[in-house]
Amino acid sequence: MRKFSDLSRQYWPTLVLFAILLASWQAAVSFGGIREYLLPAPLSVWNALWHGDTSWNQHIWATTFEIIGAFLLAAGVGVALGVAIAWSPLLANALVPFLVFVNTLPKVAIAPLFLIWMGYGIFPNMLMGALIGFFPVVINTAVGLSQVEADMLDLGRVFSAPKWKIFLKIRIPNALPYILSALKITATAAVVGAIVGEFVASQRGLGYVIVTTQSSMNTSVAFAALIWISAVGLALYGAVVLAAHLWAPWAEGVD
Amino acid sequence: MTNRLIDLDKVGMTYRAASGPVEALAGISLSVGAGEFVSLVGPSGCGKSTLLRIVAGLRPATVGTVTVASRTVTQPIPDIGMVFQAPILLKWRTILENVLLPAELAAKDAGALRGRAIELLEMAGLHGFAGKLPHELSGGMQQRASLCRALLLDPPLLLMDEPFGALDAMTRDDMALELLRIWGERDLAREARKTVLFVTHSITEAIFLSDRVVVMSPRPGRIAADLRVDLPRPRTVELRASEAFGRLNLEIFRTLTGRTAGTTAQ
Repeated sequence: MRKFSDLSRQYWPTLVLFAILLASWQAAVSFGGIREYLLPAPLSVWNALWHGDTSWNQHIWATTFEIIGAFLLAAGVGVALGVAIAWSPLLANALVPFLVFVNTLPKVAIAPLFLIWMGYGIFPNMLMGALIGFFPVVINTAVGLSQVEADMLDLGRVFSAPKWKIFLKIRIPNALPYILSALKITATAAVVGAIVGEFVASQRGLGYVIVTTQSSMNTSVAFAALIWISAVGLALYGAVVLAAHLWAPWAEGVD
Repeated sequence: MTNRLIDLDKVGMTYRAASGPVEALAGISLSVGAGEFVSLVGPSGCGKSTLLRIVAGLRPATVGTVTVASRTVTQPIPDIGMVFQAPILLKWRTILENVLLPAELAAKDAGALRGRAIELLEMAGLHGFAGKLPHELSGGMQQRASLCRALLLDPPLLLMDEPFGALDAMTRDDMALELLRIWGERDLAREARKTVLFVTHSITEAIFLSDRVVVMSPRPGRIAADLRVDLPRPRTVELRASEAFGRLNLEIFRTLTGRTAGTTAQ
């Protein structure tokens, strides 16, 4: 663990820049005559964040639940498809063109269809997040499983190790850093998917809050919702980075 | 030869490339006795590594028969230890866990072999490194660990594919001495030693280690000469300066390059 003094030495320019931006933003709104419904001052955003009449709790939890669900779904399905592709050439031939086609679809455009099929609710938004985020996991899992030295595989053959054992002991640990690296992308994609889902159809969630502020011109609440979204997104991303650090410390600095 | 472990009879290997069939090996007939240390020397592309894999049953020979311990080889055979040019240790396993990998792959009781693994690591001068991850060790030490892994299940036959090829010259010489010590040239009777088939492109390394040096020529890979090394064991560093060593070195060099007596840079 790095010392606090090292961290502050590295990040003080970021903090100073952030403070300067905030101060000039506040000054521009307070003294520059910018109207609050166009650009709310940082202080009004701060007020909306903690006080105001939005019941943040239920919205934050709804969105967080969707994001985590989307992430787990994308991770699970992605790893399973990646293993299937690496396991059997037949499955690879069947699946890969199909997956590539799904990936080229503008997934956001499918969101209204989800509304028709599944109605309002948390699950369609979860699905949207998973749909946007699963593809990199499939690809990285399949690549990580196949990037094993030929000599290592020969070693397995010498001892007549069954295929599942080679997967369990050699290929899957080898793929772990690749998978964790893809999950960082998935963590961000899950946030996008959940919010887009809420834009299209929802009665709860931070994306829903942003949509409602459009009609009421309550811009400071929209900014506050944005801050909550990034906080949830950052927490998830941080959790993935931490998991990578704990589960695959040998791969540190690979990506 | 009393007890033959490896018998190759007119072994040939042709593989398909984009430009058509390529003959990698042709008419290889070779016998290796139990406990013998035999080196295969030749330029890159002479098929010596392929030959090693054919003996292991990892690649099929196109023609001819391969017999190891009186059994015809048609698929990978279990009673061998393999060491490759790269240590290929699993990055996420400790050195001890890496050495125990063959037990797990071969569905043997890894717990029971723990003691042997630790003994092997000690013999290879790696005590104190059992719990380390591979990247914490130098290249030479990693290669020693991979030798321990090859020896774990006590195979009668050791196949080594340029095991010291990636090491610097000084470490390499040191490893050759280590290998002979671990092989037991000092402590074990000839029959008790492992049979070693050792691929290298260093002539001096081949002479220093071996009872016999098999010289190969390329395209297709053939045996150009099969020379007995009549140097006393245990081998010492001083032997390198001996006249017999020099004569053999010159003879192998001439066979490999096709240069006759009196050749100059001209």
